[in-house]
Amino acid sequence: MEPSASSASHAKAPDPVVRFETHPSRYKHWKLSFDGAVARLEMNVDTDAPLRPGYELKLNSYDLGVDIELADAVQRLRFEHPEVKVVVVTSGQPKIFCAGANIYMLGSSTHGFKVNFCKYTNETRLYLEAACSESGQHYVAALNGVASGGGYELALACEEILLCDDGSSAVSFPETPLLAVLPGTGGLTRLVDKRKVRRDLADVFSSLAEGVRGKRAQDWGLVDRSVPRSRFDQTVIDRARALAAATPDKQGAGVALPALEVARWEDAGKAGADYRYVSVKVDKATRVAELRMLAPDAAAPATAEALRTAGADAWALRAFRELDDALLDLRFNHPTVGLVRLLSRGDAARVIEADRALAAQAESDWFAREVLLHMKRVLKRLDLTAKSLFAIVEPGSCFVGSLFELTLAADRSYMLGEGDDEGTAAFVGFSPLNFGPLPMSNGLTRLASRFLAKPDRVAELAEQTELLSGPDALDAGLVTFAPDAIDWEDEVRLAVEERASLSPDALTGMEANLRFCGPETTETKIFARLSAWQNWIFQRPNAVGERGALTMYGRPERPEFDWRRT
Amino acid sequence: MSSVVNSDRIPNNVHLGDDKKLQRALEAWQPRYVEWWKQMGPEGFQEDDVYLRTAISVDHEGWAHFDYVKMPEYRWGIFLTDPVPDRKIGFGDFMGEPVWQTVPGEMRNMLRRLIVTQGDTEPASVEQQRLLGKTCPSLYDLRNLFQVNVEEGRHLWAMVYLLHSYFGRDGREEAEGLLERRSGNPDKPRILGAFNEPCTNWLSFFMFTYFTDRDGKYQLLALAESGFDPLARTTRFMLTEEAHHMFVGETGVLRVVKRTCELMKQNKREDARAEGGIDLATIQRYVNFWYSCSLDLFGGEISSNAASFFANSLKGRAKEDSYPDHKALDVGYAMQVPVIGEGGRPTFRGEEVPLRNAMNEVLRDEYVEDSQRGVDKWNKAIAEAGVSFQIKLPSRRFHRRTGIHAGMHFDVEGNPLTKDEWEARKHQWLPSEADEAYLQSLMSKPVYEANQMANWLQPPPHGIKGKPVEFEYVRRHP
Ligand SMILES: [Fe+2]
Ligand SMILES: [Fe+2]
Repeated sequence: MEPSASSASHAKAPDPVVRFETHPSRYKHWKLSFDGAVARLEMNVDTDAPLRPGYELKLNSYDLGVDIELADAVQRLRFEHPEVKVVVVTSGQPKIFCAGANIYMLGSSTHGFKVNFCKYTNETRLYLEAACSESGQHYVAALNGVASGGGYELALACEEILLCDDGSSAVSFPETPLLAVLPGTGGLTRLVDKRKVRRDLADVFSSLAEGVRGKRAQDWGLVDRSVPRSRFDQTVIDRARALAAATPDKQGAGVALPALEVARWEDAGKAGADYRYVSVKVDKATRVAELRMLAPDAAAPATAEALRTAGADAWALRAFRELDDALLDLRFNHPTVGLVRLLSRGDAARVIEADRALAAQAESDWFAREVLLHMKRVLKRLDLTAKSLFAIVEPGSCFVGSLFELTLAADRSYMLGEGDDEGTAAFVGFSPLNFGPLPMSNGLTRLASRFLAKPDRVAELAEQTELLSGPDALDAGLVTFAPDAIDWEDEVRLAVEERASLSPDALTGMEANLRFCGPETTETKIFARLSAWQNWIFQRPNAVGERGALTMYGRPERPEFDWRRT
Repeated sequence: MSSVVNSDRIPNNVHLGDDKKLQRALEAWQPRYVEWWKQMGPEGFQEDDVYLRTAISVDHEGWAHFDYVKMPEYRWGIFLTDPVPDRKIGFGDFMGEPVWQTVPGEMRNMLRRLIVTQGDTEPASVEQQRLLGKTCPSLYDLRNLFQVNVEEGRHLWAMVYLLHSYFGRDGREEAEGLLERRSGNPDKPRILGAFNEPCTNWLSFFMFTYFTDRDGKYQLLALAESGFDPLARTTRFMLTEEAHHMFVGETGVLRVVKRTCELMKQNKREDARAEGGIDLATIQRYVNFWYSCSLDLFGGEISSNAASFFANSLKGRAKEDSYPDHKALDVGYAMQVPVIGEGGRPTFRGEEVPLRNAMNEVLRDEYVEDSQRGVDKWNKAIAEAGVSFQIKLPSRRFHRRTGIHAGMHFDVEGNPLTKDEWEARKHQWLPSEADEAYLQSLMSKPVYEANQMANWLQPPPHGIKGKPVEFEYVRRHP
């Protein structure tokens, strides 16, 4: 970690507008190549192509732009390359695998951007991990040079780590000793939880700036194998081929992911984006956004083959890709928006039909399964979005099945409390997708998380085939409030206005604590424990104060600490 | 005390006899060192008697004791210059405080890295030079080679002494690592690039001792300022030996240059190669190569490591006393930083680098100036011989593989080049395989007769320690 010191600066750069769509033909920092069942993902970061001006991406250090390409590659490999069974992640630069997140980028970013950046990179690494466990695409980190900080964290997300033993290639977590922060992209968690490195050795490792090399790295469990340089490349190939040989084939060709079609607009304090099945409307003055999802506008593909033919145009994939993009847009490009009203519109029967078909097809077809797994990831992204989420269940909405997950993900839900006498009621309802395939990061379904006190309720609800109107849904504990038509407007307006007036910090903390009840998993630990501590440390003078270690990094003076332990 | 670890076998001024910890560490390490020496030291000369200088104490009498010795039995010693009473730290954030006699915990890793990096260069150079004896131009030169080799071995001992005495178990492991790495071995290379370059002929050897040992001199001068007193005292003593290595290089090149001029004058076309000598253009190419490799050893021009070494009062500047201010804060160092421009040709951007971050470059400045002195002497000899040619040090941008110029291309004047231009022209400036083959052919027959000298260099004006040049400095055993 030794980028040019001269680019360090106190001033925080304005957050850049970020777009998340890319394509291998436009990658600046990665090279994706294929050799049968083995793909090679080579990191070769373009020093002079940072996401925003102000820093250079030396030594294969990364910023959000680099990670967006990585996330794109991981996603495309799953959908477009079912023939790939092993992905070798390696570096195209001599002696360095990856130096982690660029320190000068971190130093010159706003706190909010930094937190969002870390969250996104954490999500990317979890997706990479999920590709191994769920999709039979095994990631092998081939560390052909130093992997420090986020570089080693990237390796930790892979299923296997091979380290070149050449006297200089090392794995290291220099964050604490050099920068007074944490390896916060899952590093500490994966060290002890995933790789099960003994905690005292992990302690030594995490305070040793220069890291650990060769045989010791293997003995401590930091890597799977340490391999002499002269045999390294061949060992990587052999290992990749062996893993591939042990992985079953997938039937059928890949499905291309074309660019999303979106019309973005801006008009007198309002801004928005209109996709095919998703639209977003932001009111900058009230800091409230509206996110609306539409039901399928045609019958669901009846067979796996039909789904394959529809490809990225299938509602279940397209709508959730659009939702994903919209969520990232809200996170990064609308930082002051504090509350999102979740809306839906369309034919509930079509949603349920699409869900049922998908659930059935996913049992035997890899593509249907990928579509479902993608849906799961996007809904997790929603859970992890640091904005208050209010679901508004109105007549004409279609919060059923997979879209009902939005209501369940919300911090609160408001549903019109009228019966169906006049044909003006709102409804919610279930599909098979509510009962297993779309768990949260705590490993439970949203329904199970909701009924933590009454686990039997979930099984009872699975029997419920009818749609429920407001009063019934309230009764069943499925929505928070169900005001009647007379109170509806005022209740909802007041709730939204009140919420939007509360401290954004306290709300983020409160919501993050309440959303993930129940058991801990590696994922929840990464987001709740590691990220929370990291975000706290990122605010502390010992890291970012005028004499803090992160501020002073690369500068000629030594940091100064406030020695009081908190 | 044991038969190998005692003050008789290991001359020292560190009270080895009373130091149980050091004895224990050396008992494990010394046999492995000798094993390394036999395996990786000069090949084919381990049984010979070599007229070598051995340091047996730090005083004037003792530091240069001459006698015949078989190299594996050489008495590698441990010497520190005498302590300066009440020495205070002379630079960095701890300036003015008493020097440290033990390692401050928070500096342990940094300091260990400094010592290991320095220590690694010592055995590396022995390994690089291990085959040179088979092509030596005279017994005088052969002996000089071995003198340099055993002293590099002693420099290793000096660093190992620090590791053993001040760094506990880690230090012992690092000391073993110093014997495990091998110059040029892709699986366990030496730490710094230039120490993995093969040194395959005697012109390279002279260039190495002139240019690369001179890097050693400046690293040692900077470490001699260290707030960690044992390191400062150790490196001060090493400097006396380093001076001899550079002498071997400087006079070696001078003797080659003079001979080349003589041979040119004997030839109608002033063609030195036709007379079995080394032409000046070839000499220039070897200067370009070894000088640029040695510049790399100073590290990046803009370096946070250099800044923290200075801030922590661990590594100063050469002759820190001669600088007006020893904090080096709030001062900049103006640098021309290259950036890839149009068509891949570098352009420059002026940058004011905080002085502490530029400490590697400050040390390199001193080195560049010092390197010029010997070159001037070579040029003087060329001029006196009536030959019109000047050896020039290339620009410090030329052929660099670390720092801001790495990955970009410049000619010897420092003018930016595209990659294609570089590829097309690099053999004008760097030794080619043909050059290498020519030198190998010149040196294929070693000279082991006391009264002979290879054709491609002049005899030295004097022998060693009052002995004649023809003295049998190495007694070969059949
Ligand atoms: Fe030396
Ligand atoms: Fe030397």
